Amino acid sequence: MGPLLDNFFNPQILAQYWPSILGGFWLTIEVALLTIAMGVVTGLVLAIVRALKWRPADIAITVFVDIFRTLPQLVIIVFLYFALPYADIQLSPFAATTLALGAVLAAFATEIFWAAIQAVPQGQWDAARSLGLGFFRILFLVVLPQAIRIAVPLLTNRAIAITKGTALGTAVSLPELLGRAQSAMAIAANPSPLTLAAALYLVFFVPLVIASRWIERTSGPAPAHRR
Amino acid sequence: MDALKLFLDNFADWDSLVRIWPLLWQGLQLTVLLAVVTVPIAVAAGLLIAVVYSFHHKWTNVALLVWIDLFRSFPVLVLLILIFYGLPFLGVKLPSFAACVLALVLNYSGYYGEIFRAGIESVPLGQREAALAMGLRPLQAIFLVILPQAISRVLAPLASNSLELVKTTSIAALVALPELLRSARVAQEQTYNPTPLTAAAILFFVLLWPFARWVAKLERDMIVRRQ
Repeated sequence: MGPLLDNFFNPQILAQYWPSILGGFWLTIEVALLTIAMGVVTGLVLAIVRALKWRPADIAITVFVDIFRTLPQLVIIVFLYFALPYADIQLSPFAATTLALGAVLAAFATEIFWAAIQAVPQGQWDAARSLGLGFFRILFLVVLPQAIRIAVPLLTNRAIAITKGTALGTAVSLPELLGRAQSAMAIAANPSPLTLAAALYLVFFVPLVIASRWIERTSGPAPAHRR
Repeated sequence: MDALKLFLDNFADWDSLVRIWPLLWQGLQLTVLLAVVTVPIAVAAGLLIAVVYSFHHKWTNVALLVWIDLFRSFPVLVLLILIFYGLPFLGVKLPSFAACVLALVLNYSGYYGEIFRAGIESVPLGQREAALAMGLRPLQAIFLVILPQAISRVLAPLASNSLELVKTTSIAALVALPELLRSARVAQEQTYNPTPLTAAAILFFVLLWPFARWVAKLERDMIVRRQ
């Protein structure tokens, strides 16, 4: 047990690097929340624009969605940070990570919202129109409230998965949780800071993972015994 | 026109591309190899988890859920860093390829396990009872009767999870495994322009786009059908 405790749970080193790593934890949460806000709002807006069925916008959105849904997150982060400066666009590590993750979530959210809008039965549109509502009132008052309810479970899972990508910011030296832990580990020549970071990731994500399990249970393919 | 020329010289410089192509080609092969090795292992591990779970032994199931949620809660990069930089302090030094496979399998087998489990639970209990009454053994009942029905019900999340797994192999770049992204970064240090990164992004896109389209279609159908 000696080497395990000294290496992974060294109290002296943990005490020394605790403040720095906690700072990284807050930055991780900040990036995560910004990513979710950006991704969900952009996704909803793009799905609404798609509902207008205006062809040029449709094509542009499809291209955006396909690019950011297909490319690995790390490739996008690295591209924004290391390639864009050649086009005279110098992004900070924070901006590169948040924009990349936000764009990826936006792409998935657009797809999910758009599918959810289509999943609302055509009869809802017809009924609302026969009551004299215009296109936008039907969309915003009748269809979207139902579509958002359909979208929430899938969106939650996707948002949690993409939020875990905040750790990728370490590749562009964003001083978030993992990055702080890695530099502390290099300086102290001891992996205890990494243990601490791992524990903090669990503190953040275990409740989310359990919540997503619960959401899956109430909305996924229904277990047979409940049907 | 000047701007366009500047852009092309920087981001799509043909001479640079020809020079660094062998490096990128090797990187692409390693990316494919990593995917081809990791996906089957993770699928098999997930299937094992779900099959063991379906026997409904109380304590094994509690243990399995803890295992799944624990490894799903870590960002996979954190697992990779723990394995690659942390374990050597305990005298366990894995080569970067093995470390990547292990990190990806630990993380993604949890997701696969959850997906298969939901699929198995969506098949009515009567199917199992009927299979057992016909004289099939419990394992035969699962593999010959339950799983074929289960998999067709969860095909969309299965495919989506596999796509995410293949995309995530790019984190291997952060432990110096020369897959496609890493190769592009190395090449960029030789060309001093972002052409290698552009080329790598395009290669990733070409490799993954057909699969991403198929996954998107499966997910859309699932959302629309479920309503």
